[in-house]
Amino acid sequence: MASVSDAVLKEMTQEERVKALGMTTDQLTGRSMYMEFDPDATERFAYPWAPDVDFNKRTELDCDGMTATEVNANIRSLMDEGYGSIVIKNPRGMHSLGVGILNKLNLIVEGSTGYFAVGLIDGPNVRINGRVGWSCGENMMSGTVMIEKNAGSTFGAAIRGGDLVCRGSVGSRTGIDMKGGTIIVGGDTGALSGFMMQRGRMVVCGNAGKNLGDSMYDGTIYVGGEIKSCGVDAVEAELTDLDKAWLTRKLTQYGLTPEKGVDHFTKIVAGKQLWNYDNLEPNEKKLIL
Amino acid sequence: MCGIAGIIHKGKSSNVGGEMTAMLQALKHRGPDSTGYAVYAERDPGDYVMRIKLAEAEDMDRGRGIHAVLEERMAAVDAILDEHGANVKGKDRVRPYALRYVLTHEGDTGAMAGHIEEIEDVEILSMGSGLELIKDLGDAADVAEAYGLNDFEGTHGIGHTRMATESDVDIKSAHPYWAFPYNDVSVVHNGQITNYWIMRREMERKGHRFMSNCDSELLAVYTAHNLANGVSLEESLKRSIEEIDGVFTYLVCTKDQLGMAKDTMAAKPLVLYESDDLIAMASEEVAIRAILPHEIDTTDPYDEEVRVWQA
Repeated sequence: MASVSDAVLKEMTQEERVKALGMTTDQLTGRSMYMEFDPDATERFAYPWAPDVDFNKRTELDCDGMTATEVNANIRSLMDEGYGSIVIKNPRGMHSLGVGILNKLNLIVEGSTGYFAVGLIDGPNVRINGRVGWSCGENMMSGTVMIEKNAGSTFGAAIRGGDLVCRGSVGSRTGIDMKGGTIIVGGDTGALSGFMMQRGRMVVCGNAGKNLGDSMYDGTIYVGGEIKSCGVDAVEAELTDLDKAWLTRKLTQYGLTPEKGVDHFTKIVAGKQLWNYDNLEPNEKKLIL
Repeated sequence: MCGIAGIIHKGKSSNVGGEMTAMLQALKHRGPDSTGYAVYAERDPGDYVMRIKLAEAEDMDRGRGIHAVLEERMAAVDAILDEHGANVKGKDRVRPYALRYVLTHEGDTGAMAGHIEEIEDVEILSMGSGLELIKDLGDAADVAEAYGLNDFEGTHGIGHTRMATESDVDIKSAHPYWAFPYNDVSVVHNGQITNYWIMRREMERKGHRFMSNCDSELLAVYTAHNLANGVSLEESLKRSIEEIDGVFTYLVCTKDQLGMAKDTMAAKPLVLYESDDLIAMASEEVAIRAILPHEIDTTDPYDEEVRVWQA
């Protein structure tokens, strides 16, 4: 994709500018999505069944001797009781911890989790003071997730919104199929990160493994370190002042701004040479099939 | 999907059997069909431990005649050991079909092992001066209790919980695999090897034997071939990433080393914990937490990553 210069951006309207930078917030289609994203229906920003919680009401939940199902059911019960801040103790690598939280909530995990931590969430602010296994934040819709240590592979797979942040390094296929939101990695990421990425932004402060952004449709990847190789149809684009401003703001927000700033970051976008959406299927082919 | 685990203590022994049991039991959900251990301990100089399977576990349900058959096979094993001049210092029959020998032998152990495996349905699971390889149907708690592994003192070990996909639920398809006839080398694997038959034919042409149709056995044979030809464990692991196709993460143990390799796609998981005196790894963090419940730092090895640790 040809990059857009700052001069051209300045001439654009705000709407044109955000689209040119891949920051479009197009309303998602589909019955369930419409309910959540219609900006004119503010009463629908929360799910109708979401309990009203008080962030100042805090409690602890000890996972010892509990299954993930029991822990997650307890989190829901506590939210029903109005608790807005829940501290999870002794997770010890438990899988599927904190999945499907569709509400505002401060969730603090004192330790490390296994696979699928805080997947399918829509709204909570999560801090995990340990590491996470594979597929953390998968299909996340909104909210923030901060992981203090490392993360496994498929970090933020198919994420649609919110900020998913890992201070350490993450495994392979980070942000595979991501459709929105922001993934930030303080360290390195493995091979095939951003594979089939469709929207959103990924920031890797360290190095990226091979085949970065392979077959990405859209979206933007910023890498502060070395890129082992770019994947098919992933190309380097100009890092504009707007990119730098956004990177600085976003990394500062999470205390991850590199000492040497963000000027050295490489920006990767889709070359869009694989785009064939507008090509009509030939009649001959239809006849054969 | 299978679960793999490994642990190595640097310069000391520990209850490796109990640690492996805790780790493997935590991985039971990844594969409940069978569980296997390859554990290593210091032994008296010159001593070998040989683990033998006289039949499959399911054979025990095939009628009363099986017990007489097992007696015949055991007698045949004893005769061959005697013929090759092995001095049997101890012999345990852990299960009707599972034997453990402690012996000394001055001659060609490979030839002796080959001779024993000429007995119908008899398979040597392991023979080594440090290695003991135990595998059977069931979960880790079952196998550990039956074989008395919860108190096994040793330096390092690897283990496997199997979900059978491409071969049968039986002991011969269970992991770990011994790198026959290379003493003290064992392998556990999680993944699928897509050029299995090509590589198997190549290894068979070079004179290596296969006891199962499980693709994981190839890794043991491949490693044995390389080590027998003077290739270091680390180099063998690196070569495997180039020469073996598929998605895989596998662990290899020798008498004093533990190594790991991950394929080019990094499609199979491994979580790694390293400290000055202990290295532990498993398909999932929950297995490491089973022995290290306090807060620790762990990492995921990347694609094409190879590591080797010394006991």
